[in-house]
Amino acid sequence: MKIAIASGKGGTGKTTLSVALAQAADKNVQLIDCDVEEPNGHIFIDAQLDKHEDVTIPIPVLDKTLCNNCGKCGEICQFNAIVTIGDKTMIFDDMCHSCGGCILVCPQQALTEQQKTIGYLDSGSNTINCGQVHQLSFIKGSIKIGEAMSPPVIRAAKKKADQNQLTIIDCPPGTSCPMMTAVCDCDFVLLVTEPTPFGLHDLKLAVETMRCMDLPFAVIVNRDGCGDERVSEYCSAEKIPLVLKIKDDRRVATAYSRGEGLLSALPELAPKLRSLLDDISTWTKPATEGKQ
Amino acid sequence: MKIAISTSGTTLDAPIDPRFGRAVRFLVYDLEQNNFTLVDNEQNLNATQGAGIQAAKTVVDCGAQAIISGHCGPKAFQVLSAAGIAIYHSDGSTVAEALEQYNNGQLQAATDANVEGHWV
Repeated sequence: MKIAIASGKGGTGKTTLSVALAQAADKNVQLIDCDVEEPNGHIFIDAQLDKHEDVTIPIPVLDKTLCNNCGKCGEICQFNAIVTIGDKTMIFDDMCHSCGGCILVCPQQALTEQQKTIGYLDSGSNTINCGQVHQLSFIKGSIKIGEAMSPPVIRAAKKKADQNQLTIIDCPPGTSCPMMTAVCDCDFVLLVTEPTPFGLHDLKLAVETMRCMDLPFAVIVNRDGCGDERVSEYCSAEKIPLVLKIKDDRRVATAYSRGEGLLSALPELAPKLRSLLDDISTWTKPATEGKQ
Repeated sequence: MKIAISTSGTTLDAPIDPRFGRAVRFLVYDLEQNNFTLVDNEQNLNATQGAGIQAAKTVVDCGAQAIISGHCGPKAFQVLSAAGIAIYHSDGSTVAEALEQYNNGQLQAATDANVEGHWV
């Protein structure tokens, strides 16, 4: 089962909740940090990341001795990554989306595919004891500094996971391509928000995204009590399950500043998170096996 | 010689569009004939990425040998330079003012992009 932790607004507690869910689980679990532009989940689980690999994408490379500057490669490119000006054909590989169209249409066979490193995966595992001893496998995706496209790194991190194990996916904020790539194909999405006007505004965008993608989801309110009741009112008006409220508590912030997770400040949350995982597993079973 | 000026309007009194890649259009002024044509840039205005690269190609294709704009990013600069097109930045408010600055030798050809690239 794959559960994505997403939000819309940044800084609402996606990583905090992802780490806490992975620690509270009563079976072996994988935590995938898909916030590849600023991964930080590893700090809170003290992960020993002993495996390192590159994430590469194919890009076109031009053999100038074969190129006749016909410009067909630039015409087919939907991303403006190739342009022919007079007797010069220029490739801007940081704009390439690896579709391979240019290579297919080149009448001179002047373009070939070459792998380019755009990010990294670091992984390892720990033994966790938050009431229930289990193995936590951790995969961290990180984008190479200067690169702009994170979805291929997010896809690579997700692909590395064991498909048969409980998987928690810590998503990037927002509702654009990186977030959608992270939640895509998940069995359930938990949207974490805060009870503020900004939190509510971005929650609505995230809810719209979930509905467009036809993904089952529920809402968690973090730092409950720091704002108003409008998120709760919105959820009940929209018939969205609000499955957990985590009280605004200075102890959580203090622990966070020391690189410690939610459960080290509020260990009493562990059984609640465990039962939430059980509930989600019930909700995601097909209708013939259990209630929807 | 033809010179392309990024603008949001359609006349010499129109304001300069400070953006190059995402300019509304280019006014291409013929310095010998003292007349101009308008070249639409709408396709690049709405491009998801690479607007500067394609706007540079548009300028090259219309036969201009120099451009005047407010800003020019690194990729557009690279394409324009490869095509041997001179890039001038003007703080003038209208196309006519920019042309006057050019004719009076008040504009210096740029040697590098004057804004960073950006992502959508």
